[in-house]
Amino acid sequence: MTDAAYDALVVGAGHNGLTCAAYLARSGRKVLVLEAGERPGGLAATREFADGFRVSAAAHLLNMLSPEVAKDLALERQGLAYAARNLKTVVLPGDGRQLAIDGDRLEGASASDQAAFTVFQRQMQRFAKVLNRFCMRPFPRLTERRGRDNWLLAKLAWDVRTLGKANMRELLRIGAINIHDVAEEKFDSPLLKAALGMDAVLGSHMGPRSPNTVYAYLHRHLNDGGQGPALVRGGMGALGDAFAAAAEAAGATIRYGARISSIDLTDCRTAGVTLADGSAIAAPVVASNADLKSTFRLVGPLNLDAGFVRRVHNFRARGVTAKLHLALDGLPEFPGLDPADAGSRLLAATTMDGIEGAFNHAKYGECSPLPVMEISIPSVHDASLAPPGKHVLSAVAQYAPYALKAGWQAGREPFMRSCLERLEAIAPGIGEQVTAAELLTPPDLEAEFGLRGGHWHHGEIALDQALFTRPIPGANHYATPVPGLYLCGASAHPGGGLLGLAGRNAAKTILAGEAAS
Amino acid sequence: MTPHDDRMLLDTPFGSRVQAACELREWEPWKGYASPIAYEDMELEYFAVRNATGVFDLTPMTKYRIGGPDAAAFLNRLMTRDVGKIRPGRVGYAVWCNDAGMVLDDGTLFHLSRGDYRLCAQERCLDWLLTSALGLDLTIVDETAEVAALAVQGPTSCAALRAMGLEGLEALRPFGLRHYPFDGGELMVSRTGFTGDLGYEVWVAPAHAEALWDALFAAGRNHLIRPMGNAALELARIEAGFIQAGVDFVPAEQVVRHGRARSPFELGLDWLVDFDKGHFTGRGALLRERAEGSRFRFLRLDVEGNKPASESFILNKRGETVGHATSAAWCPSAKRNVALASLEMPWGRPEDELYAEIYTSRELRWTRVEARCRIIDGPIWDPPRRRQTPAPNF
Repeated sequence: MTDAAYDALVVGAGHNGLTCAAYLARSGRKVLVLEAGERPGGLAATREFADGFRVSAAAHLLNMLSPEVAKDLALERQGLAYAARNLKTVVLPGDGRQLAIDGDRLEGASASDQAAFTVFQRQMQRFAKVLNRFCMRPFPRLTERRGRDNWLLAKLAWDVRTLGKANMRELLRIGAINIHDVAEEKFDSPLLKAALGMDAVLGSHMGPRSPNTVYAYLHRHLNDGGQGPALVRGGMGALGDAFAAAAEAAGATIRYGARISSIDLTDCRTAGVTLADGSAIAAPVVASNADLKSTFRLVGPLNLDAGFVRRVHNFRARGVTAKLHLALDGLPEFPGLDPADAGSRLLAATTMDGIEGAFNHAKYGECSPLPVMEISIPSVHDASLAPPGKHVLSAVAQYAPYALKAGWQAGREPFMRSCLERLEAIAPGIGEQVTAAELLTPPDLEAEFGLRGGHWHHGEIALDQALFTRPIPGANHYATPVPGLYLCGASAHPGGGLLGLAGRNAAKTILAGEAAS
Repeated sequence: MTPHDDRMLLDTPFGSRVQAACELREWEPWKGYASPIAYEDMELEYFAVRNATGVFDLTPMTKYRIGGPDAAAFLNRLMTRDVGKIRPGRVGYAVWCNDAGMVLDDGTLFHLSRGDYRLCAQERCLDWLLTSALGLDLTIVDETAEVAALAVQGPTSCAALRAMGLEGLEALRPFGLRHYPFDGGELMVSRTGFTGDLGYEVWVAPAHAEALWDALFAAGRNHLIRPMGNAALELARIEAGFIQAGVDFVPAEQVVRHGRARSPFELGLDWLVDFDKGHFTGRGALLRERAEGSRFRFLRLDVEGNKPASESFILNKRGETVGHATSAAWCPSAKRNVALASLEMPWGRPEDELYAEIYTSRELRWTRVEARCRIIDGPIWDPPRRRQTPAPNF
């Protein structure tokens, strides 16, 4: 490496950027993380939206974190603590019925559904385990196929082969199709099918009938080992803090309030970055935790091949997910739900068709009049989030398209109303309890977190943008066409979710590239 | 825009005059327009362009108008050469590549005035231009149908155009531009062409096209002016050693089979690639090619005898196929049997003995010869008048 003050710069202090910084720093590299905001964590953030009411601003449940990353970074020693683990999922259609999923146990389903679900869960866990192995190491380059690529490809084939003939056939059968068909084929309970459908479409511009939703489902369950999600004590921002502490403990420096205005090149190679205040920082390596489109805007189209810019442009990243935050002056009542379960992961959905119907509107640039929601009331488990006796509700609400035809100026209130109506149906009287409300639309998420298109996963998790094609050919192995510039965020393989693997794999790629040059 | 959905081939704005002159009625389609293969006699037309003046209707050439704040940066990133060196009022020959460094097309870039350009190309490439414009501030307009053009080429071309009233044209340098009032409108004249000789291209709005044709042929009568078709132009361009998209290489966007596209290096266009000007599309791939070596070599060959080596295999001393001719013709003025050929590496080194396998038929009797080929270094047809300023008055 050169005599620049830093060996590597990381653009953005999201959890992946911090992971990448930590691994690089652990290997003795001088690393500077540049964060436009004032706090670490990116989408792992806690936000006070009303006096004394705090909530996870984006992701609110943790189920994907890579155990290896958590161990390598010693996140628990850096302050990561859980308010609750292995939360139940309860589907609340709003008519008094309910169905709960607790690990591989169902409550409120027939014996035959229970039997089928046990088999399904076991099989999905096996597939997720194989997929997880794909995510722990770089994907082989299929066209170049150098020595290491052949080795990786052989390992990959072996991993699939070890599933056994029947499982392998099943994976190949359902891997690229939609969750609707698979759920219809296996289960009777509409609520169970709705729960599976929700898992497959959360955060995506997809309905349960969209192709590849089985893959999206598997992606979501990559690391949960069949367990329910966890709640981070202090909100997701505490996870961001733990990642930041881990990066700093490894020797990386984090600078906040440092917005980058360009990634600079010298002789078509990465030379460093320029900040919004005009100051330049030199480094031969830049790892970008920013999304694909933002990253290459910083590079500028004139420094890139036209065909590559077209691919960046066409990367599918249309956010459809909004975040609803409510300050409540009491714990809402959900008819039929044991009050002890009010802190579970609650799903406001009725049937897969209901989810698909909600998605139809998004296709045409409209919000769903009957949105589907993933709801959490974290204050049930973590009293620090709300004043005594009060509660805070956090809901991931779909579908709220980024490019709303009517515009978000006009669309915000109606969508908020639709969400509250849906909540009122499953928790009558909740409207009376609301003392403050906040809706973060995809454009808000774009502005707040710098996500172009406001997509939670930086871009759709679908097979054309996954594995060895994530995010796009030409930038699909962390390295990009610009020597010295790497992707280390959710835009890179394995994609969105609080995993930490993109950051870890990018760091390994950077270190391997250094060794090779 | 050019109407693409009409089922009849279109006439250019010179159509009435072209039809009247085209005795042979032999047309071929050229980008949706009917274009004469020859008017009266292909050989007479060829000898006119080499010894007097040939006039060629090049209206069907694809023309894009490119302007706006980022136009110069856009073009410099699009093309492999340093476009910044083409000053206002000048024209430059250029190629452009895809990300893989494979040639999409070649053409001429007219720098009409600061930041205002016209790109003239064989192939339509609006999609690629718009792709290249992503994130930049500029406008691209297809003006193929809005600009009529005649190539006026040959030793007496300058005299003929001056006789038409274009005073001072002799002072125009090669690849320069000039504007003249004409017929209540304006003519743009560029000293450019596809014949490798003294010659001009005259650009005009369609409304003045017929007036231009009439004035030019009236003024040029004493300069032995004559319209020429595609066949004569094809012979003249092979003699000049110019390559043609779709003939000597397949434009990369049209290639279906792996490995059939060509890089600028593989077309002998190294001089058009400037690695020092900053980034351009294909730069990374071409740098790799320069380091790792090209797959093909493009050569101009002097083939023994007078049988054109059209579509011939090129053989080495042991009779193995090492390439093929992409264009070939007996060139009467250069008095050489020229073949343009693409050879697999490493063949085509100075020491290699090469042969063209030529099949000819005389009254249904086929003969096969292996004609010795010699590599032509330097131009084939390059009369001094091509470069002289002031242009000589023949």
